[in-house]
Amino acid sequence: MTLSIERLTVRLPVGGDRENAIADVSLDVPAGEIQCLVGESGSGKSVIAQSVMGLLPRTLRATAGQIRLAGEDLLQVASERLRRLRGEKMAMIFQEPMTALNPVMSCGTQVDELLRQHTTLGATARKSRVLQMFEHVRLPDPARIYAAYPHQLSGGQRQRIMIAMALILKPALLIADEPTTALDVTTQAEILRLIRELQRESGTAVLFITHDFGVVAEIADRVSVLKLGELVESGPAREVLRSPRHPYTQMLLAAVPTLQPRKTPIEGSRPVQLRTRGLSKVFHGGGWLGKRRDVKAADNVQIEVKRGETLGIVGESGSGKSTVARMVARLIDPTAGEVELDGRSLTGAKGGGEREMRRRVQVVFQDPYRSLNPRRTVGAAIAEGPLNFGASREQAWRRASELMSLVRLSPGALKRYPHEFSGGQRQRVCIARALALDPELLIADEAVSALDVSVQAEILQLLEDIQQRLHLTLLFITHDLRVAAQICNRIVVMQHGRVVEEGPVAQVFQAPREAYTRALIEAAPGKGFRFAAAQTQA
Amino acid sequence: MFRFLLTRLLATIPVLFVVAVAVFLILRLTPGDPAAVIAGDSATTEQIEQIRASLGLDQSIPAQFAIWAGNALRGNLGESFFFKKQVSELIGQCIEPTLALAVCTIVLAVAVAVPLGVLAAWHHGSWLDRVLMGFSTLGFSIPVFVLGYLLIWLVSMKLGWLPVQGYRRLAEGFGPFIRHLILPSITLSIVYIAVIARITRAAVSEALTEDYVRTARAKGLPERVVVLRHALRNAAVPIVTIIGIGIAVLIGGVVITESVYSIPGLGRLTVAAVLARDFPTIQAVILLFSVAYVLINLLIDVSYLFLDPRIRY
Amino acid sequence: MSEPAATVAEPAEPFLDAPPREVARKLLRNPAVLVGGAVLALLLLIAVLAPWLGTVDPTMLDPGNRDLLPGVAGEVTTLTGETFAHTFWMGTDSYGRDIYSRVLFGGRVSLIVGVAVALLSLAIGMTIGLCAGYIRGLDSVVMRIMDGLMAIPGILLAIALVAMWRASLFTVVVAITIPEIPRVTRLVRSLVLTIREEPYVEAARSVGTPTAAMLYRHVLPNTLAPLIVQGTYICALAILVEASLSFLGVGLPTDIPTWGNIMAEGRLQFQQFPHNVLFPGAFLALTVLAVNMLGDGLRDTLDPRFNERGVRR
Repeated sequence: MTLSIERLTVRLPVGGDRENAIADVSLDVPAGEIQCLVGESGSGKSVIAQSVMGLLPRTLRATAGQIRLAGEDLLQVASERLRRLRGEKMAMIFQEPMTALNPVMSCGTQVDELLRQHTTLGATARKSRVLQMFEHVRLPDPARIYAAYPHQLSGGQRQRIMIAMALILKPALLIADEPTTALDVTTQAEILRLIRELQRESGTAVLFITHDFGVVAEIADRVSVLKLGELVESGPAREVLRSPRHPYTQMLLAAVPTLQPRKTPIEGSRPVQLRTRGLSKVFHGGGWLGKRRDVKAADNVQIEVKRGETLGIVGESGSGKSTVARMVARLIDPTAGEVELDGRSLTGAKGGGEREMRRRVQVVFQDPYRSLNPRRTVGAAIAEGPLNFGASREQAWRRASELMSLVRLSPGALKRYPHEFSGGQRQRVCIARALALDPELLIADEAVSALDVSVQAEILQLLEDIQQRLHLTLLFITHDLRVAAQICNRIVVMQHGRVVEEGPVAQVFQAPREAYTRALIEAAPGKGFRFAAAQTQA
Repeated sequence: MFRFLLTRLLATIPVLFVVAVAVFLILRLTPGDPAAVIAGDSATTEQIEQIRASLGLDQSIPAQFAIWAGNALRGNLGESFFFKKQVSELIGQCIEPTLALAVCTIVLAVAVAVPLGVLAAWHHGSWLDRVLMGFSTLGFSIPVFVLGYLLIWLVSMKLGWLPVQGYRRLAEGFGPFIRHLILPSITLSIVYIAVIARITRAAVSEALTEDYVRTARAKGLPERVVVLRHALRNAAVPIVTIIGIGIAVLIGGVVITESVYSIPGLGRLTVAAVLARDFPTIQAVILLFSVAYVLINLLIDVSYLFLDPRIRY
Repeated sequence: MSEPAATVAEPAEPFLDAPPREVARKLLRNPAVLVGGAVLALLLLIAVLAPWLGTVDPTMLDPGNRDLLPGVAGEVTTLTGETFAHTFWMGTDSYGRDIYSRVLFGGRVSLIVGVAVALLSLAIGMTIGLCAGYIRGLDSVVMRIMDGLMAIPGILLAIALVAMWRASLFTVVVAITIPEIPRVTRLVRSLVLTIREEPYVEAARSVGTPTAAMLYRHVLPNTLAPLIVQGTYICALAILVEASLSFLGVGLPTDIPTWGNIMAEGRLQFQQFPHNVLFPGAFLALTVLAVNMLGDGLRDTLDPRFNERGVRR
């Protein structure tokens, strides 16, 4: 048994939301196996990883249990020994490849450092080993990458370097803490494949932390589920995912949206509410000196949304979907093209006309933590819109009350500040704020991407309810195909600023026409897997 | 890379222009007749007329500025009626002590402050950190002249280790040159050290919370390497920046230090000029200091190229 | 999403994102705020109550009592002819004036200058900074001018300005304020630029909030904390600069006692009668230290990211 954690308890400092970050957790990872550790945010999964590596922040302390790595108890070992074990016997890769590498050192030097610290190889021998490893992780042109700096490389390349760094000394244990969460779905698929291959070759034990069940379905041999610091279920991946025993696991799995499209397109007789024509946006970069770097964020985008419909715009980062959303919401001005709402031009409207248009198109943004001003009460945030448009204070607050009930929050909480709410609750507040002006078109810009899977399911449900009740048209921007399959009637797929494909959601998913769409769908982790809930769904 | 250099270079031009205008306006905004002010209280009417003509005071303000600026660029900074010399000559005489003091101070300050800041950041939150930062606050709370007198009283008067005041030129021997510079440099550097140490600590502490430090630790690198090779290298840019910005603090302190220690440098010249309302000298010295500040900060900007590869490419 | 350390829930937010009552409570628990604030309050009290704390007329010359050492008891004759016994706790200067009284009254000037400069520079700097941050066209022009002004060392500019206008409390305050304005402007501008990028500002735009309301509701409240912290540092600096100006002889006229004045007059006899310099020096250092400590405490509580801002260019 490579890694054996027995009854580990790590205490939180006084004032935390519970007594222990993790309590009485036991799990085993044998050599050659990939074990996934799943949980929502706040479950303590990163704490486990940090405990094993001995990288716990000073405020957290392990108060009970053992962590045995190939027989040695890491909690009892001297710090000098622990330092030596890091890199040699156990290694870790992190979530954000962008910041995990030192920006002022070349990539090669950073990997070389590891060899210099733990081996007695000479400079040339080290360099050739690093280059060899770079090839192994399929980095193109290893020599150039060796001399390059992190900011010159893409996210996927950086993560490969991290993997190279982690595996170069052939450690017995690899801990991966959400390594693909920050990557595009196609890049994610490649990295997962790479990890699996390398792991099979060298027989490394892998502890893979994630919140994404799709990823679990894709690579796990075993799964352990964490809830608020406690291990609630553990077992072979197939079993747990198909027939979970613990109610929490069941709840989580039920909340995972399937890739099976749910909705059909709405009736063709409905009028077109939103139409864009030739919508383009070019961002000018570079100075007046030297070459100008123009970025075509959106190129000749043409979409139509019928009244009452939910249109999804799907794409990876850099696809231009958010730019299009912002142009429709009049938050940025298009370089070319038009946006029409109910036949009236949005882009052409100025002054009073523009303000009127604003009421009719509202946005729910991605980040529930930063889209509410932390210094103003939640009620003030919701009431701001109506106040701007001439409502009296009473009217505005009454409306805010109504809306709070609509999003299933208590109206009494209007006087509270955002930090007193959870992420999901804050997003509800943001939805309430967006509804305050009685819009006809609601744009959800990655509105559920930052939420845990169970909360995500609730918010999606809420959005659908509201849409039906208020007869809203919904423009749903997302990178997550599962979410799109769940909630959209029609889908538009974007890449590099262009619309690549569009059509009813069932058609795009089951019979994609374009190569890129096919690649996207192929890359969705756990694609072929039918989770527990899928069997009980219609 | 060259684009960066060129942009920075060109950016200094408007700044220098603003400085020149500001300095120029100082005299012109005096209540009363500028020519009379320059000539001083004991001037004759003819002298005043002479000055008026040479400065072109009968012409429009922009024309006057052009004349003055043109002269300045050619090195003609006017004539001091109080000291009865060309201003450029005055400055030439006084520049060595100031330069010596400034260089000693900067070297001393950086050599002391950066290690202290790194130490404080390494032991962030511990008593050592608090003590060091406490000293830092003390350091920029004590006025330079109070500190100066305190040191003189303690070291020169009570202990007799170092000379009380005065300055010896380098030409007169390195030993006395240094001995007379020790106390003034220490006095002046205390403020500078306080500021630099504080920013160093903040920058290094901040760097230590970054993800790449976590990666470095996960690689099993000893803490010393993590702090010095990873954190400090990344903190270099803000540290170097504050050294540049701190030059302004330094220059202010130079004026006072030279006054306390009777060092015949530009600082003392300025004070004497102000007391005598000798405007050409005041203008010239301020112009000189400001240009020095701008140029030093330009050098600092250039150093970014070597410190941060993100700027290079 | 990987979790941050202590509270295994949400990202840590700067503390001021909480109702005012909680902020006040946390402030009062910070030792730096308590100590600095207490000392400052005490000094303020002393300054205000100066006439009733056993002082005599600080400007009254009395050659009969000159150069007395601290603690000596003697007699004071007022202008009206009364004579009474008086202990010279801090000695007398070369004109026979009671140093104790001069120091206490001098505190008034220092504190007034400090607070006035801080308030004035904050007000002006904030206005310009808000405009520069929000009105596109103004930004580059304003910032170039500010950069230029910052290139001129503050003390020199203050000296030159005071030399230009005759020294009075008003002119000294203005002269010290002007060099501080660019720094505040920079701070406000960078704050505004950061806040403008925040998602909640974008959200406010999407619900139709006009620019004026945006500034008032969203931008301004988020600039308060850093400005308050900056304000305390400016206050400390202003007190120092005023004292430096007086020390150099270019500050307030000597009939208004200021700590700098007292030290300036005492410096010639420093070796024989150090009490002239050391007592006001100690008070000066203590006051500035208290203000700086208060500033540090405020910064740690209200705006922990203070040090990083304004250092990157």
